[in-house]
Amino acid sequence: MIVFDAVSKRYAGGYTALDGVTLRIADGELAILSGHSGAGKSTLLKLLPAIERPTAGTVRINDQDVSALPRRAIPYLRRNLGLVLQESRLLFDRTVFDNVLLPLAITGHPPGDAAIRVAAALDKVGLTGREKEFPAGLSGGEQQRVAIARAIVNRPSILIADEPTAHLDRAYAAEIAALFRSFNNAGVTVLISTHDASLFAEWSPRRITLARGRLLEA
Amino acid sequence: MRNWLYLHWRAFLHASTRLARQPLGTLLSALVMGIALALPAGAYILLDNIASLARGLSGTPEISLFLDAATQSGGDGSTSANANGDASESKNGDDDKLASAIEQRLQAETELASFRFVPRDEALRQLERSGLGDVLGGLAANPLPDAFIITLRSEDPAVYEKLAERMQAWPGVIHVQLDSAWVKRLHALLGLGRMAVLVLATLLGLALVIVTFNTIRLQILTQKMEIEVSRLLGATDPFIRRPFYWFGVLQGILGGLVALGVVWAGVAALVDPVTALAETYGAVFTLSGPDDASALGVVAFAAFLGWLGTEISVQRHLTEPF
Ligand SMILES: Nc1ncnc2c1ncn2[C@@H]1O[C@H](COP(=O)(O)OP(=O)(O)OP(=O)(O)O)[C@@H](O)[C@H]1O
Ligand SMILES: [Mg+2]
Repeated sequence: MIVFDAVSKRYAGGYTALDGVTLRIADGELAILSGHSGAGKSTLLKLLPAIERPTAGTVRINDQDVSALPRRAIPYLRRNLGLVLQESRLLFDRTVFDNVLLPLAITGHPPGDAAIRVAAALDKVGLTGREKEFPAGLSGGEQQRVAIARAIVNRPSILIADEPTAHLDRAYAAEIAALFRSFNNAGVTVLISTHDASLFAEWSPRRITLARGRLLEA
Repeated sequence: MRNWLYLHWRAFLHASTRLARQPLGTLLSALVMGIALALPAGAYILLDNIASLARGLSGTPEISLFLDAATQSGGDGSTSANANGDASESKNGDDDKLASAIEQRLQAETELASFRFVPRDEALRQLERSGLGDVLGGLAANPLPDAFIITLRSEDPAVYEKLAERMQAWPGVIHVQLDSAWVKRLHALLGLGRMAVLVLATLLGLALVIVTFNTIRLQILTQKMEIEVSRLLGATDPFIRRPFYWFGVLQGILGGLVALGVVWAGVAALVDPVTALAETYGAVFTLSGPDDASALGVVAFAAFLGWLGTEISVQRHLTEPF
């Protein structure tokens, strides 16, 4: 369960990106976040892994107040979330395998078991056999898949993706959307921001719409 | 604990890979550190050699105790501690009494390593053998006094001086000669040399800390993306920092090894000329390199400098909260 309670975020420059947002997302839900550019979608998503902190209100994940988490505890929060950020943020000097391995390397996962998990994650995103390649040699859609494999390799119960289909042509975007749907089918709570909610329309997901930092629809 | 060791092992591999991937940079840094460290290390080895050379040349510093010739030759007796007023007593008997009285006093001294009695006749014979016999030949009587040659346990000039002062006051002792002047000078010079090495090591150590600081700063900059992504994926501060510590320490160790190589090469190049030089002075001396403990010390010191530079760099550049 994710709970936003009267959350406001005012950036250092004085711009109010979120203004009194109250919102609940149940376990296992597929939620699509939309809104115009600058509406506050990324800001909302960044509050969950405590990349940003709210200036007012509280954000809770499974009854843990992540908006008041001490700095030392933040890494452990992030390990339980699957994150796909707006730019894919792959490491271009590492192979596909090593990119996906990173979350497991961070926790000191035993190498044998880690290799099995990486293979399973790559299988789920359809990149089996591409382990030894470098991200620069992959298409944009494939890079996005690597980023998704990296997000799910820790088997998180919540998956957060910020515009995972941006910069992709429609066919690729639909494939990525279907991928998230499949994780959601497996019981994972999925929260995705997008400019194109129609990609997910066939699964009639929960619609959340922001405009100028305020909730229009939830 | 096992996980912690494993994470350290991963960080170590990570750092070694980074070092190996930029062989030229690694080599240059190791050379800079090595050459800078070789200076104080080499100077230290040199001082060590000079100290042992000095010990070899002088043996142990000695005190010469000369007995009063007047007491021995004159039948006067008034200046003799053991005067018994018997005029018929032989001159030799008088000598023996004084000598044995001094000997008893010497035996009571705890600081002595050894002492040896040199009768005036033997001293004269030694002098004649040394080629000065012609000068002495003109003299009717042997002008030399009986003497004791004393060596001490300690090499501390202060101990020598205190003892010599005390002996000077003994009855029948006409002169105490101390060859501690040069010992003192050597001690002072070695002390000065050691201080210079310390200052040199401190200054160059500081320079190496700065070099490491900057190397790590650049490493942090080139790995900015990796650090950011790792943080987003749940990496803790220690996880982020560990590879940098290993990087700095490994670079320090490489620098220390280069320093040892330079010192060894220097010793190898100098060993023959120095032996030849020593031979012209009639001394047997071989220049020796650092022993195992000193070698280990140099590498450990270099590793410590690497760690310190990294620590400062990491505190400065890796603490901003994400
Ligand atoms: N770090 C920041 N400092 C200051 N202002 C920021 C910062 N991040 C975002 N903003 C501002 O907050 C507002 C909301 O930004 P946000 O990135 O959440 O919008 P968005 O809905 O994700 O937009 P887009 O669809 O373009 O990604 C914008 O006006 C933006 O300029
Ligand atoms: Mg955004």
